[in-house]
Amino acid sequence: MTEIAPITTRTVDARGSFCPGPLMELIRAIRESQVGDVIAVYSSDSGSRTDIPKWVEKAGHRLVELVARDGYDEIVVEKRR
Amino acid sequence: MHRILIIGGGVGGTLTANLLVKKLRARIGRGEVEVKLVDTTGQHVYQPGFMYIAMGGERAANLERPERSLLDRRVQLVVGEVERVDPEQQVVTLADGRPIGYDQLVLATGSRIVPEAIEHFDTEAHHFYSAEAAARLRAALDAFTGGRILIGIAGMPYKCPPAPLEVAFLIEAELRERGLRDRTTLDYCSPIGRAFTIESVSAMATPILADKGIELHTFFNVEAIDPERKVVLSLEGEELPYDLLILVPPHKGQQFLIDSGLAPAPGGWLPTNRATLLVGPWPNIYALGDATDLPLSKAGSTAHFEAPVVTERIVAAVEGRAIDHSRGDYLGKVMCFFEIGDGKGTLLQFDYEHPPRPPKPNRLWHLGKIVFNKTYWHTVPKGRV
Repeated sequence: MTEIAPITTRTVDARGSFCPGPLMELIRAIRESQVGDVIAVYSSDSGSRTDIPKWVEKAGHRLVELVARDGYDEIVVEKRR
Repeated sequence: MHRILIIGGGVGGTLTANLLVKKLRARIGRGEVEVKLVDTTGQHVYQPGFMYIAMGGERAANLERPERSLLDRRVQLVVGEVERVDPEQQVVTLADGRPIGYDQLVLATGSRIVPEAIEHFDTEAHHFYSAEAAARLRAALDAFTGGRILIGIAGMPYKCPPAPLEVAFLIEAELRERGLRDRTTLDYCSPIGRAFTIESVSAMATPILADKGIELHTFFNVEAIDPERKVVLSLEGEELPYDLLILVPPHKGQQFLIDSGLAPAPGGWLPTNRATLLVGPWPNIYALGDATDLPLSKAGSTAHFEAPVVTERIVAAVEGRAIDHSRGDYLGKVMCFFEIGDGKGTLLQFDYEHPPRPPKPNRLWHLGKIVFNKTYWHTVPKGRV
């Protein structure tokens, strides 16, 4: 069964910040969130496309989606633990 | 009277003050311009030397001089703690209530360490971000007879990004010299997915870690220290044991910048334009050095290359002329030495558009760092290099 994309509970706009800035912003948001919260990170640094999903997998959270927007990526993560 | 006020007597503030005097000497002499610098202690501290208290026999007394002795006599030095900046009224208020008005403000307020942000840090972890802490680390290394050494980074951003890797390399070399290497495991933990933020430097450092038998743990964001079990726990759910723990403490910007609404909580880093070094929407407030939110090394070298940019912009405003963009735009230049151990080092030189391409480690760059440290007092703050 496919998991349905949950509703975003927090948005972190890290556009203009360079690697590892967006990842560090996401980590701060995860620390401040509850299990089940869904965080959308906006990043204009292409490095985030690889380093955020790798961190999400290692940290045991869920990558909900990674969407290319106009000039930036939206990376949506669900806090799982 | 054009009032230029600089907050902070570190590399950035001191150099900017002296460069401004060089350019505006005649106007200062005629009483048309004043350059005032506020510093909390009135003592200038050469922070890159702290690591050498732990690793190289440096003495704390060699790393501190009166700020007055480094400033041109035309710069007015005010010793006091800043409590608030009012950018609308263009007034800085000191903790003792003294108001200081300005037309141009330079925030060279640096960063501060907040080890208390992690429980048990003060009692369990060593670091080298103050002279006292570095001396304690030296004593702990002297008493060390083998076991598990864990070196890592407990918060980003932090001052002098290469420092924890340098310390790992230098400790590994020292343990070999002392015949303790085969009785010691060395682990290095990084909060991100590689050994160093900049990919080219990471690519250089990772094989050196492997050659030296230092195990690299990536995506390890320090969450807690368990002093009973002697383990560090990560946000990612891992734990690493230690007998000797060395962690870069979390860093923040100055609290009064948050209180004044100039920098966002909790980090307190000033939102700074990467080219103009202007802060937020303000046309007359500049930031340089560690205080900014720029994606660059928090290091004296960054402030060193930013100071001429701030100087050109302020001088242009005072002289009522257009900015010379060849001197008044910051391109992200940073240059620093990087110790590898065994008397070798390399050089990191980069800007916004050009990542570093560190040369093969050799003795020259190690000696370069030592010479730079020894001659600092006569060169950098006075604008001679």
